[in-house]
Amino acid sequence: MAGIVSYGAYIPYYRMPRSVINVAWGRGGGRGERAVAGYDEDSISMSVSAGIDCLKGTDPKTVDAVYMATTTPPYLERQNSNIVATALDFRRDVRNTDFGNSLRAGVNALQAAVEAVAAGSLNKVLVTVADMRLGAPAGEHEQSFGDGAAAFLVGNEGVAVEIEGSYTYSDDLSDYWRRDGDTFISQWEDRFGRDEGYNKIPVEVVKGVLGKLNLTPKDITKACIFGANARAQAGIARAMGFTPEQVQDPLLDSVGNTGTALALMLLVAALEDATPGERSLLVSWGNGCDAVVLKATGEIEKIKDRRAIKRHLAVKGTLDNYGKYMQWRGLVPTPSRGGMRVSMSAEWRERQLGLPLYGVKCLNCGTVQLYMSGSSMRAHICLECQAKDNFEPYRFADKTGKTVSFSHDFLGGGINPPMTRAVIDFEGGGRGLFDMVDRDPEECKVGLPVEMTFRKVPLGVGSSSYFWKCKPVRE
Amino acid sequence: MQSIKDRVAIVGMGCSKFGERWDMGTEDLLVESTSEAFEDAGVKSEDIQAAWLGTQNQMSGQILAQAIKTEYIPITRIENFCATGTNAMMDACFAVAAGIYDLVLVAGVEKLKDSGVGFLTGGGGQPSAQTAPGVPPPAQFALAANRYFYQYGLSYEEGKQMLAKIDVKNHYNGSLNPKAHFQRAITEEQAINAPMQAFPLGLYDCCGVSDGSAAAIITRPEIAKTMRDDYILVKGLGLGVGAQQGSLRDYYDFTHFDEAVYASRMAYEQAGVKNPREEIDVCEVHDCFSITEAITMEDVGFSPRGMVKNDIDNGFFELSGDGPKVNTDGGLKCFGHPIGASGIRMIYEVYKQLQGKADKRQVKNVRLGMTHNLGGQPGSFTGAISIWGTRD
Repeated sequence: MAGIVSYGAYIPYYRMPRSVINVAWGRGGGRGERAVAGYDEDSISMSVSAGIDCLKGTDPKTVDAVYMATTTPPYLERQNSNIVATALDFRRDVRNTDFGNSLRAGVNALQAAVEAVAAGSLNKVLVTVADMRLGAPAGEHEQSFGDGAAAFLVGNEGVAVEIEGSYTYSDDLSDYWRRDGDTFISQWEDRFGRDEGYNKIPVEVVKGVLGKLNLTPKDITKACIFGANARAQAGIARAMGFTPEQVQDPLLDSVGNTGTALALMLLVAALEDATPGERSLLVSWGNGCDAVVLKATGEIEKIKDRRAIKRHLAVKGTLDNYGKYMQWRGLVPTPSRGGMRVSMSAEWRERQLGLPLYGVKCLNCGTVQLYMSGSSMRAHICLECQAKDNFEPYRFADKTGKTVSFSHDFLGGGINPPMTRAVIDFEGGGRGLFDMVDRDPEECKVGLPVEMTFRKVPLGVGSSSYFWKCKPVRE
Repeated sequence: MQSIKDRVAIVGMGCSKFGERWDMGTEDLLVESTSEAFEDAGVKSEDIQAAWLGTQNQMSGQILAQAIKTEYIPITRIENFCATGTNAMMDACFAVAAGIYDLVLVAGVEKLKDSGVGFLTGGGGQPSAQTAPGVPPPAQFALAANRYFYQYGLSYEEGKQMLAKIDVKNHYNGSLNPKAHFQRAITEEQAINAPMQAFPLGLYDCCGVSDGSAAAIITRPEIAKTMRDDYILVKGLGLGVGAQQGSLRDYYDFTHFDEAVYASRMAYEQAGVKNPREEIDVCEVHDCFSITEAITMEDVGFSPRGMVKNDIDNGFFELSGDGPKVNTDGGLKCFGHPIGASGIRMIYEVYKQLQGKADKRQVKNVRLGMTHNLGGQPGSFTGAISIWGTRD
């Protein structure tokens, strides 16, 4: 039987208090904070981060596809999910697909994955859902939006959450839209979207799915309802027949409206607390509505070690500077110091080294090495025994390490100075020099434990690429 | 394997003023240094049979031919990071020692101040598969500083003070040198309180980014004797190129630079130096950062491992000190660091010291002088050493 085998999530380290935005625009007040993706993060990197959380304990080579959903794909032409799959070290014969263009894309991807597994076409599908939508400066959405991601592994063995049924309205009622070339989200008069859309359609769809499954609102433990606004969300939950205790907190004061990822992040939060037999309801919104009823099995107890929502919420640093936010999002011009020049052909040639972060283990002497010259990561000769081309691939992305030394660069500090770098020794051997992110410079010292995180690398040739950085382990 | 000792002589040298030479380009700088060298050696451009050019940013030897207008002589361009200049000198020495040429010009040059920014840009080159971001030199060498402090139990304050004393010494020496980029003495407090560049390295812990050129005329000793009395002789040349041993081996601890250790062993063996702490009179080292000078004192055997702080505290390496006088011309810190020129600039100072022509910086009774370069970054360097002595 097809269902959810594992879940994971990602919330960027940086949170910006809404009061910081208001101060920048000469206003007072501001409730809570919003998650802000780092200058080196985007929907691809956040999908990888959520995927890592979700795949804890799963051999990446056993996954058959990535279904990646986002309305903010870094590439309009180039399969974004392929980059996610390569970074996560999936096989080459995987069937990746990008989902997008609607806030329902996340739930669409999950449903498509469940159906592909149920049909026997694929055995394991990783669904990633990430968004980092831009609201116009000084506008409401700049404050209300947040960045984040969720991930689900869909399979037919060890199912922790069964999908009992779903119901969908597809409807071109477009309260929000963004055309090709638009930087910011546009919105029709909010009263239209609210009164004719959000307040009516999800209520009918939920009634539809409960009726179809012969359930009542009392059968649902947690309702995970997309909500751009807490009051409106509470209003439709009431109309659906749920008590406030049944409604999953919409994360709006701590993360913000994460677009297509929001309802699925709420589902992850609900599953973190779910016990076997409990039902959750997933409700999406955007050009229609999906409602999905899910039921936890006994397997749910085995996947409680995910960072998911709670642990990610707890690990944070404050971004108390609106100027930095504008710079990170590219909304103000930033002086260029010349980018690196990564060659598409050379990057492709070494796709099994850089993106999944592979070094080598010598089959002759057993030495583990992560070779990174100025131009290549492909090793031929073992430094210790001189054996030629006698290696097996050895992955470093999934290893933790300890800091051998570090530096804080104020001169070439980049977009979030100082730029911290660390030499790290990996558990099990191997060494590398990496940028360190999501760190407080004060906490950096010799011996600091770190883990790897997949990030965007700015380039000077109009493309963009990705590489791994390190960050402090915080658990 | 043969030793290079006493097989090549320098009979003339020149060095441009180093600094921000806004009015001078690469060719102008080459003309400035080579003119002085020709005059010093008493030869003309047309007497030169071959030349070696050390430069990082110019792509061929043609720039030297074009600058000084030679007629179809062999000119080889050498690049080996910050050891470029010394490497050019080495290869030229080998050609002369082999008897292939009698009179050879060696020049080093770099025009860094046309890049539009106040730091080394590096990079460029061909697009590659490498998506790991490049790390600028201050951040690379700060890795060594933080680890050195940790390894030998120095607090941040103690470590900063040790480095500040190096800065003060080199600034003082630079203040005695009219060709230096920076000619102002500083205090320990200024060094310690200067703006941070790459923690823990402050402004005065980092060398200058300068334009400059230096040149030498070399020949075999029997010819040198016919040209002047105070020529100097090569005693040893060492070059150690890293294969990223330090970046790959997790037992490497960033408190020593083995490429320089190997290069110095080669040069000491050729020169017959048994106890460098006692035998070397003056030494120009690659103080791209103050921590590099500190570690180098241990790498080349002037101070025992972990003990350089004692020698620094005692003023051992100062002009008035009891040990080898280190960076008498102000070093990279104050003379400046035009990459390809630096190695030959160092030899220029050693040449002047051995001849007794170093003016206010002159050290007494100099018999043996040494130069040291490190190109690259902790983890993978090109290390170069040259040792020079007075004629018998």
